[in-house]
Parts: sequence; structure tokens; C-alpha cells
Amino acid sequence: MAKLLEEFSLGLFFWQTLLFGLLLFLMWKFAWKPILKAVNDREDGIKNALDAAEDAKKEMQNVTADSEKLLKEARAEREAMLKEAREIKDKIVADAKEQAQVEGDKLVKQAQATIESEKKAAVADIKAQVANLSVEIAEKVIKEELSDKKKQLKLVDDMLGDIELN
Amino acid sequence: MRKTVFTKILLVATLFLGQFTFASEKDSEAGNHGKDLKTEIKEYITHHLQDSHDFSLFSYTTDDGEHKYVGFPLPVILWDNGLMVFSSSKFHHGETLAEVDGNYYKLYHGKVYKTDAEGTINYDEEHHATNVKPLDLSITKNVVMIIITGALMLWLFSSLARSYAKNNGVPTGAGRFFEPIVLYIRDDIARPNIGEKRYGKYMPFLLTIFFFIWFLNMFGMTPLGVNVTGNIAITFALALMVFLITNLTGTKDYWMHQFNPLGDSMPWYAKIPLYIILVPIEILGLFIKPFSLLIRLYANMQAGHIVLMSLIGLMFIFKSWLGSPLSFGLAFAISLIEVLVALLQAYIFTMLSALYFGFASEEHEHEHEHEAETAH
Repeated sequence: MAKLLEEFSLGLFFWQTLLFGLLLFLMWKFAWKPILKAVNDREDGIKNALDAAEDAKKEMQNVTADSEKLLKEARAEREAMLKEAREIKDKIVADAKEQAQVEGDKLVKQAQATIESEKKAAVADIKAQVANLSVEIAEKVIKEELSDKKKQLKLVDDMLGDIELN
Repeated sequence: MRKTVFTKILLVATLFLGQFTFASEKDSEAGNHGKDLKTEIKEYITHHLQDSHDFSLFSYTTDDGEHKYVGFPLPVILWDNGLMVFSSSKFHHGETLAEVDGNYYKLYHGKVYKTDAEGTINYDEEHHATNVKPLDLSITKNVVMIIITGALMLWLFSSLARSYAKNNGVPTGAGRFFEPIVLYIRDDIARPNIGEKRYGKYMPFLLTIFFFIWFLNMFGMTPLGVNVTGNIAITFALALMVFLITNLTGTKDYWMHQFNPLGDSMPWYAKIPLYIILVPIEILGLFIKPFSLLIRLYANMQAGHIVLMSLIGLMFIFKSWLGSPLSFGLAFAISLIEVLVALLQAYIFTMLSALYFGFASEEHEHEHEHEAETAH
């Protein structure tokens, strides 16, 4: 301790304090302040740039998501439209079929009715012709039959016989 | 790249050159005076560790026994009933008296004493000089080194500061080496020890003291033979600044902790017997902390120089093909360790200063919690 005290030089202490104080001031003013400021600015800049990049990334993601959403929507819309078209087509076809059926049925019915009426008319005609023919035949037969007395009598007998049977 | 290799070579070269200059000197001195070589080396080491009034690069003795010094004198400034300024060449390295305005001064063991015309030095029973010592404010070798270091730092770091402006925030040249160190001190010394909010105001001091100590430690490794950071007045001044900054920036909580270390944890009557012991310890701690700084730096640098120079001296004591290369190798290894110690001591001083500043500027914990809550 005594050696230390003996070694201690007041002059050196004075100069050290003075010069260090001066150095501290000058370094603070001309070195540390601008250096720390530059470093801080740079760090802030980097941080901001990173933030901006992050934001841009998010924005990009949003845009991608949006476009994907749009695409999805468009696809869904297309699907829906196609489906609708198909449905419409099916409906039209079904309707047409139905209508055709109805029309066909109607035609068939009509045809049947016509046929029926034609048939009836034909039958009626035939009936009439048969009746006429029958009458003519009957006339002829009767004329012939009645030309002979014997035969007239026979007829009457036969008829009478029939009546008895009845 | 070429530049750094060149610097390395220069560094190694200067280191060895220095060792050789010490060496040749001792050898010749011992040979001519017939003094004991060990005493010679011991004296030389002691002389080297001290501050000196002239900047001698090396000295040698001519064949006819005359000491030759290569270097330059420095101004001696004395306050002895008035300011006296004269060149240290008047002392002729302690061999002659300096006569200024009718007063006689003698350089004795690196200190200036006032003597009579014959240069008599009176001693007390412990062989201490009892002559009057005028207030010596000389620009000594250490002061010159401080100025050189300061100028170097100022040039280095202001050019780094300017390179930011010129280069859009990117350092150039030596700044690329020093910027990470500046950032390290900020991010790994100041921020964790002092705190995110308050570290800013201590940064200039921490940076200055780190580079100041480191550079001066490194200068101590050069053959200039300076031992600034191993000087008690220097470390005392540095520690005193740490002490003053610590206590002048101390918060209310810091002082509360000094005088009321237990806080509200127990009733006042229970605290009295404890505080009789605790408070003096805390108060003592205020002084012991910076005192440990000053002794640690002083002792480390002083010891490093002594060990290194003793090992170099051993080469000339051995004077053999085995011993001398061995101690040379050892000296070289110790030099490398000393380079590390130079950085380490600067780091430790800065680190502990930051720690003390951190204690002093600490706000109360509850406030922190409150702040943390509001911040979220």
C-alpha cells in the first residue's frame, strides 16, 4: 500500500483526468454520437425494411388468396351454370318428350276415333248394303217363290211350323 | 487483405524489435559496469514500470562507458511558488541538476525533488527521500501516450462516423473491425447490465473507457515501453470517474438500497440490529467496487509487464543454447497471452463499470412490473 501511494503521481492523475474528460467529450461529440446514431438509423432501416417486406408478403398472400377466391367463385359459378344448363336441357327434353307423348296420344286417339267412326260408318254401310241385298234377295226369292202356288203354300206351312216350335 | 497481413507483420516485427532493444542495452550495461546482471535487470524492469520525464526509445552504453539515450525530452512543468516550465533534457536522465530561476531540481527514481546547489538528497531511516517535492504537472511519457491514444481514437472513430455518412450507413476500412466491437459493447455489455431504457447515457463513457484501456494496454505491448494502464494514478483516475458517475447518476432506489437494504420486509425495530452491520457494509461497498477496478487493472498490467520483461531478462541470465531459446519461447507465449489480457482487462473494466451503472440507475421493481403491464 505504501509502495502504491509512493508510486501515485498527482501530476499524472491530473493530466489523466483532464485529458480523459476532454477525450470523453470529443469522442462523444465527434464519434460516439454519430456512430450510435448511424447504427441505430441503420437498424431502424433494416427493421422497417423487414416490416415492409413482411407487409408485402402479407399483401401478396392476401392478393393470392383473393385471386384464388375469385377463381374458386368463377369455377363454382361455371359449375352452377353448367348444372343449370344441364337441368334446363333435361327439362326441355323431358317436356318435349312429354309433349310429344301427349301429342302422339292425342293423334293416336284421334286416329282411333276416326278409325272407329270410319269403322262404324263402314259397318253401317255394310249393314245397309246387306239389308238392301237381303231385301233384294228376299224380293227375288219371294218373287220366285210366290210364282208357284205350291211353293207359296209350303212356305206358309213352314212358317207356321216355326211358329209352333216357338 | 494485404493491408491486414502487413499490419500483422509490422506488429510482430515491432514486438521483437522491442525485445531486442531492451536486450542489447542490458547486456552492454552489465558488461561495462560489472554490476550484477540480476540487479541490473531488476532495476531496468522497475525503471520501465515507472513513468518517465523523457520519451526514451532505447539507450545503450558506448565502449568508453558513456550512456547514450535515443529518444526525445519532454516538457517538465512544476508548481513551486510559481509555474516553471523547462525541458527534461536539463536533467540529462537524472545525471545532472536542473537549475531554473535559482532553484535546483533533481530527478531521483523518476520523481522531481527540490535540492540545494549540490543536489543533496536527504533520506529518512527507511531510505526515503525527505526533500521537498514540488507539484509535478509535467508532460511525462504516460501523458504523451494518453494524448497519442486519444488522438488515435479520435481519428479512428470520427473517420468511422464520417464513413457512415459517406457510405450510406456502411462502415469502411478499419471501421469494419471496430464497429462490431462498438455494437458488442452496446448490445452485450451496456444493454443487459444497465437496461434497455437507460443505457444510452452511459454509452459514451463505456465506449471511451473500453477503447482507451484496450489501446493503452496494446501500446504497453509495443517496444515503446509504456506502462500507462499499469500506473496507479491512471487506474485511480479511471476508477474515480466510474465512482462519480455511479453515484451522481444514482436513483432514489439506489440510495434507498444503500441505507435501507432490507426494504419493507420486516418491522423497523427488527432492522436496527441488522443495519448496524449491513449499512456500513453497503457504504463500504460503494468504495470497494471502484477500488477493485483500479487495483485489478493496475495489478494485471503491472504483473504482465513484470513477467514478460523478467522472461526476456532470463535469456541473458541463462546465456545458454538451452535456456535462452526456452525463455524466448516462453516470453513469446506470454506476449500472446498478454495481448489477450489487454483485451480482457479492458472488457472486464467496461463490463463491471456497466454493472455498477446498472445498479445505480435501477428503478424500483414494482415500477417495472407496472410499466410492463401498461406496455402490453
